[in-house]
Order: sequence, then structure tokens, then C-alpha cells
Amino acid sequence: MLRFILSRIAVLIPTFVGVTLVAFLFIRLLPGDPVEMMAGERGTSPERHAELMARFGFDRPWWEQYLAFLGNVLQGDLGNSIVTKAPVLSEFLTLFPATLELSICAILFAIVFGLPAGVLAASRRGTIFDHGVMAVTLTGYSMPIFWWGLLLIILFSGILGWTPVSGRIDLLYFFEPVTGFMLIDSLLSDQDGAFMSAFSHLVLPTIVLGTIPLAVIARQTRSAMLEVLSEDYVRTARAKGLPTRRVVGLHAFRNALIPVVTTIGLQTGVLLAGAILTETIFSWPGVGKWLIDSIFRRDYPSVQGGLLLIASVVMIVNLLVDLTYGLIDPRIRHGR
Amino acid sequence: MSLLEIRNLTVRFATASGWFTAVEGVDLSVEKGEIVAIVGESGSGKSVSMLAVMGLLPPTAQVTADVLAFDGKDLLTISPAERRALTGADMAMIFQEPMSSLNPCFTVGFQIEEALRLHLGLNKRQARDRAVELLTQVGIPSPAQRLSAYPHQLSGGMSQRVMIAMAIACDPRLLIADEPTTALDVTIQAQILDLLVDLQERRGMALILITHAMGVVAETAQRVVVQYAGWQVEKQDVYGLFDHPHHPYTAALLTALPERAVEGTRLASIPGVVPGQFDKPSGCLFHPRCPRADQRCVEVRPVPAGPELGEAVCHYPLGGAR
Repeated sequence: MLRFILSRIAVLIPTFVGVTLVAFLFIRLLPGDPVEMMAGERGTSPERHAELMARFGFDRPWWEQYLAFLGNVLQGDLGNSIVTKAPVLSEFLTLFPATLELSICAILFAIVFGLPAGVLAASRRGTIFDHGVMAVTLTGYSMPIFWWGLLLIILFSGILGWTPVSGRIDLLYFFEPVTGFMLIDSLLSDQDGAFMSAFSHLVLPTIVLGTIPLAVIARQTRSAMLEVLSEDYVRTARAKGLPTRRVVGLHAFRNALIPVVTTIGLQTGVLLAGAILTETIFSWPGVGKWLIDSIFRRDYPSVQGGLLLIASVVMIVNLLVDLTYGLIDPRIRHGR
Repeated sequence: MSLLEIRNLTVRFATASGWFTAVEGVDLSVEKGEIVAIVGESGSGKSVSMLAVMGLLPPTAQVTADVLAFDGKDLLTISPAERRALTGADMAMIFQEPMSSLNPCFTVGFQIEEALRLHLGLNKRQARDRAVELLTQVGIPSPAQRLSAYPHQLSGGMSQRVMIAMAIACDPRLLIADEPTTALDVTIQAQILDLLVDLQERRGMALILITHAMGVVAETAQRVVVQYAGWQVEKQDVYGLFDHPHHPYTAALLTALPERAVEGTRLASIPGVVPGQFDKPSGCLFHPRCPRADQRCVEVRPVPAGPELGEAVCHYPLGGAR
């Protein structure tokens, strides 16, 4: 098992270096540069422009800049934002809990509804329930996030007035962040109604962000279950006289988990990308909105640092997924 | 009262192109403690008829029978809960592919113990002790350590032994073995067969052995049922069957045995294959491959002959008046 873990971690190193390169190059491929953006419509003289570019070190060849960036990254230094002058890392860490909270809620929402839907659809293959799940998930998967979010806001916030439109919590409540997670902090603050307020702010963004992962997880679970249900060992389990619940829920489900867990891992990447849109729709103060703003300002250090950190989170999630394979399937654990 | 009583069992499958009849009009009664062999080529409906008895067919299958009873209980009208109480306890089954029949995600111990805990209500400790005992009985060395092994750590022969241990865990009165040795090495085949016969004798359980190997039949079974394309074409005790086969198909199977080949001649074989869903012949299902078929065989469906002719489903049973 230890060898398995180490080999998984070793694979991450080249991936990480690759990500730094992509993050670094991506923003520089866009036309324009930070100085031009800061100068705005008024513009600036070519001499002043060159002088400022030189001050930030942007006049050096790109590979020299990249190596400097990589060297700093390896020492844990992501540089400072050109616009705010604050360290990129601390800006990111201030905003990231909001994104993390939303993403965790969204993936939990997707798993809690997607897994059972897929399992039940597979075990009732061909029934109305099965067709219903397939139709609904296809619709959910095809739904553009932006439009879906606006629809929900119109219905639940506008017409029904059940949920707030934007933000993380009512302005009535104020408390120092402890964990950065509004749900937990509001509970800790002991203020009446704070938790409910945080919760109701979270509902719509969670549904919007979780819809696509839910659809993908449900469909993947269904197809993995269908494949496993026709395996010989499922027949053996039934030949023992086990109740259907146990045959499907334990013997089949355990074997169907590998592709499902893989999907969940991959969906967290999709989720963080989706979070950028969702945060914009609901004015959610997370890294998504910050990253979009940084791109518009061509704030090179913020964009490359932010991308790298988000990519690292995705890599860590996928590492955890890889490690759970070993827990699920003894053949992987034993290195076969 | 027979332990297992089957009369006029028919199994049909709903397919995209209509109903496919896999088993038609099978009759069989199995007494306590006897060994019955069901033989036939692939596609003759041997496994399907026994899976119907066990209730393990997929939902697309439709099972009908005049009588389908185990120990006096009507398996067709029994409730699912009562059916589950029988399955794996009073009647058990082992399968052709031992390697894929064990769940790769759970230990051998877990898989044996779960049936014990379900049917016999044993606690963890008791189930573990009983599992060790069972593994010893099926000839697995250092059984206590083996309990924590996963199926991928076992060989094919070992896996089949574990399957057998699982099947006999709750002292079944009927064990159905569906080609238990087909997927194994030749040297292991004999061991597994010996084990099954030995367990059958010691426990006095009935054993239905599904096989396509006539040699296996001769060594183990007391009575033999021959199936062809879903029909049960002949039924006899083992000596009668080998000495005086009444159905031309049985006779052809026997001539195809290497042991019976005449030295210096080519080994006999039956031309053609078992008909499937789309090429079912008219009249007698065996007529396209039968050396003795005539116009009547093409046109008229034969009915079973009397017991003295092995209930052979043939217009011209061997040993009968032509």
C-alpha cells in the first residue's frame, strides 16, 4: 500500500511542473499587458510603458521569467499582485474558503442525489423511474449554468421570495471568521438566525453548481451498476439467498464504485471551473470572481498564482481519489 | 415425495426479436441423496433449467411448469422471502467460472460467513469457526489464514473449493453443480469431482451435475438426463444409458467418446451445431443432424417413448420396434 501511495505522489511532480508552465503561459498569450490595462483609455507614453514593464521584470525573455517564477514557487512565494500589491497567496487564502464551502456543498449535493438515483435506475432498468432519471439528468447536463442560475433566481428569489439573491449572509449579521466556512462560523457566533441566513444564501448556488456533477454522477453510477449487475459474482450473491438490497447495495455497488469515484474526482475539476460562473451569478465572494477580475486586469502574478493553486487543489483531490481505489479494490492495493 | 420435482418446465426469454424458448417440457425428479447428471452440448438448456429451479434467471425470463416443487414447496407460487430462505440454505449452486464467481472486493471469509450469518443466525465468532471448518472439509490448507485472502490471491481450483465451501455452508439438501470443472486444469478437474462426490456421500445430499463430459457422467452419476436444444431427449440410469442408449443423439454422444474410438479410425463426431433462436427445425429438433432421420422426423414432432425406452423423444428409438 505504501508503494502504491508513493508511486501516486511521484506522478504528481511532473504534473505540477506542467501546470506551472501552462498557468504562466496562459495569461501571457492574451493580448495586452498589466501596464496598458492600468493606464486605461488615457494611455501612456512608450517610454513610460517600457520603464514600468522593466520595473516588473516583464522585459526579460519569457523563459527567464518562467524560471524565476518556478524558483519562487518552489520556495512557496507566488509573488505580489500588481494591482493591490498584496501577496497572491494571502489574497487567495482569504477568498478560497468561500469557494471551498460552495464546492463542497455542491459536490455533496451531487453525490447525495446522484448516487442513489443511479443505483436505483440501474436496479430498475427499463422502468418509468429509470427513463425518468435518464431524461432529467440529460436535461440537467445540457443546462447552461448561467441560464439555469438566472431561472432559479427568478423563480425562488423573485416570484416566490424564498431565498436571497446574492452574497453569503445577511448584512444584519457580523462575526469574525473562524474557519472561513459561513455555515460553521454562523453556528459558532451564537447569533439567532445567522445559520439559517447563511444556509438560505447557499441553497441556490449549491443547486446551480451541483447540477452538472449530479447528472454526470447519476449516469455514470447507472452504467457502472448495469455492467456489474450482470457479473457472475452478483449471481453468486443471489444464489446465497441474500436480500436484493444487500446484493445490489453491497456486492454490486462496491464493485461499481471505482468508475464512480473516478467521475467524482474529475467532477471536482469541472466544479471549480463552474464555480467561477456561479460565483459571478450570485456575487459570491470567492476566488472565481477574483480570478476573473485579475484576468481582466492582466494581473500576471495573481492569475498564474491563482490558477496554480486551483490546479493544485484539483490534483490533491484526484490523488485522494487514486488512494481510495486501493481502499475499494484489494487488487489495486496489492499492486496487481 | 421427491426432493425436487419438475414437470413440464418451460423457460422463455423476451428478446428484441420475440420470444426465445430455451427450455421446453423438461421433467425431472431428484430423490434425497442421489446423483443425477444432466448432459448435453452448449446451448441445450442445461444451465437455464437449473437456474430456473434456483430462481436466478434474469427478469427477461419467463418460467412456466406444471409442477416445480422442492421438498413439497411450490417454487412457482412461493413468496420472494420464502424463496430466499431456501436459496443458499436448502438448495445451493456452484458455477462454471470459479474465478469470476467470487466477489473481488471481499475476503473469502466474508463471503462464506455472510451466508452462515444470514441463514443460520450465527454470530461473528461462530461463523468464523464454521468457515474454518468448511475450508478444511473442502481441502484447503491453512484455512484460518485463507479466510483473510481475497479471491485474486487464489488459483482457479482453490476458488472452486471456496465456492463449494460456500455452497455447502448451510448443509443444503440439494447441490446443483453447473459444469464445476470446465474452467479448470485437467489435473484439478478430477480432484474437484472427487471432492463433490465425497461431500455428497458424507452429507447425504442430492447432487445435480450439469456437464458436457460423458466421462464425468460415467464416473459419478447414478441417473442421467440428456438434453438437446431445450428438449429433454432421454432419461436413464447410468449403466443403461452407456450400454443401451435409446435416443440417436445419446448414441452419437457416446460414439464421440475418445475411449470408445476404434483404433486406426477417425474419432466420430456429430456434424452441425445445436440450433438456436433463428434456425429451429420443424418436427424433431435433432433431425438435421440425425443419421436415421426420414420424412416423418422432418414433419412430425416426436413424443416421449415409454420408460423402458428411456423416455426417448424420438420416432424411432434405438432398441425399439421400427
